[in-house]
Amino acid sequence: MKHKEIAEVLSQENIATDIYSMWLKCPLVAAEAKEGQFISLYCHDGSRILPRPISICEIDKENGSLRIVYRVAGKGTDEFSAYGEGEKIEILGPLGNGFTLQPEKSAMLMAGGIGIPPMVQTAKQLKAEGCKDINIVIGYRNAENFLVEELQKYGKVFIATEDGSVGTKGNVMDAIKANGLQADVIYACGPTPMLRAIKSYAIETGTEAWISMEEKMACGIGACLACVCKSKDIDHHTHVNNKRICKDGPVFNAMEVEL
Amino acid sequence: MNTRVNIAGVEFKNPVMEASGTFGSGMEYSEFVDLSKLGAVVTKGVANVPWPGNPTPRIAEVYGGMLNAIGLQNPGIDVFCERDIPFLKKYDTKIIVNVCGKTTEDYCAVVERLADEPIDMMEINISCPNVKEGGIAFGQDPKAVEAITREVKKYAKQPVIMKLSPNVTDITVMAKAAEAGGADALSLINTLTGMKIDIHRQKFAIANKTGGMSGPAVKPIAVRMVYQVANAVNLPIIGMGGICNGEDAIEMIMAGATAVSVGTANFMNPTATIDTIAGIEAYMKQYGIEDINSLVGLAKSF
Repeated sequence: MKHKEIAEVLSQENIATDIYSMWLKCPLVAAEAKEGQFISLYCHDGSRILPRPISICEIDKENGSLRIVYRVAGKGTDEFSAYGEGEKIEILGPLGNGFTLQPEKSAMLMAGGIGIPPMVQTAKQLKAEGCKDINIVIGYRNAENFLVEELQKYGKVFIATEDGSVGTKGNVMDAIKANGLQADVIYACGPTPMLRAIKSYAIETGTEAWISMEEKMACGIGACLACVCKSKDIDHHTHVNNKRICKDGPVFNAMEVEL
Repeated sequence: MNTRVNIAGVEFKNPVMEASGTFGSGMEYSEFVDLSKLGAVVTKGVANVPWPGNPTPRIAEVYGGMLNAIGLQNPGIDVFCERDIPFLKKYDTKIIVNVCGKTTEDYCAVVERLADEPIDMMEINISCPNVKEGGIAFGQDPKAVEAITREVKKYAKQPVIMKLSPNVTDITVMAKAAEAGGADALSLINTLTGMKIDIHRQKFAIANKTGGMSGPAVKPIAVRMVYQVANAVNLPIIGMGGICNGEDAIEMIMAGATAVSVGTANFMNPTATIDTIAGIEAYMKQYGIEDINSLVGLAKSF
């Protein structure tokens, strides 16, 4: 069940240029959240009317809190980045379907840039459920990276950088080739070109791949039909091969969607 | 205190509905709102066949509002009748079905199909700015407004609401044309055609280039148009455009609306509809108003 809840900022930290990590106390949403889902955050400034959908980076069920790691990409996220401890913010969540984990199979988590945060909870939960083989392949622009040490707690991390300053020069696909990586299941989040490359790789190698997508959203719950993507099969809402990213996704089987 | 209102013989428990396209058929919002508390549920536009809608991105935020160009994605009347109407019948609320089409025949096919369905009213969308055919093409010429209204009325068994576009020089001309065509009620305003350019990516913010603007920023325009139309025709009006709370609703009612629709505010607050109802009741209590109907069109007497 989704909840509208007043969350309280427990802490906020600037962890890289324009990248912020925020812990929110929100017991109702945290109790039901799972890896790969997202929350919507409403701005205090009323001129910004739409909530900002942001992926869940980490869940602490015992403490009733969630962590989001986000990039300042406009005025809304800039507003959030100024929030200090104790600030109240209205949120809606948990939203979307999230990843369905298969801990019995070897896993490769692939993410780029601001697609990396949801991999923290995904890796943490996979490990908690006994997954023995977790490779995490992440791409950055340059040496200024984030969340690497945390991800290393849950699996073996391989880095790609566009400028070659750390790890493999290039993108996550270059990193899996350079390191000879493979797995039974891919869990991925990142920009569309990256997801497209992962889909091609998945087809070539017969690997199962689950990808998390994004699009501009308004309602966040499947009513407004703003955030659709083209799907192979007929969608159950409109029957026109348009799946709703906020409701039917954001996680899709790579074979299910057109990229 | 009485909040019941009557539009074309249909009685609503309160004057609050939601605007077509912002609420689906209520399924998604039923997690946050008891639909039985609403005066009516106004469904997203439905055509005779499924429509896939426009390419993405379909929306963009603007200061105090948003642009959308969804393009009336809908499953078509068959799926709608099998799935959405039975869902809505579970609730103690009125059902208003928004009808869209590319041609007069399309509109009439949907209206005819709905004639024997257990719905209370139909709202004919002749004002969508985001589809190439149909939609607004019917809503910007008074002769076309009158003609489509007259055609639809031939097939309709339920009262017909014509939804008017604000993208015209004089909305009262369109309102009078709908009245002449036999409309039972009017709803206004649909969205205002707008545009946003992303100067950093050097692209249009939405794929359709233009989109319909809605949200709190458009409310003064909607209030003005409802006031003008209320003074020009003798039809009940469902007022919409930027209504976010009870105070906004009261303002629209004073301008001349018998009922109001909450639209974009649902995205700002999923319980905006029921919060608006509570706000209306609080206003009535504060000022000792016994009957909401006593406020309808009050601005005429200012």
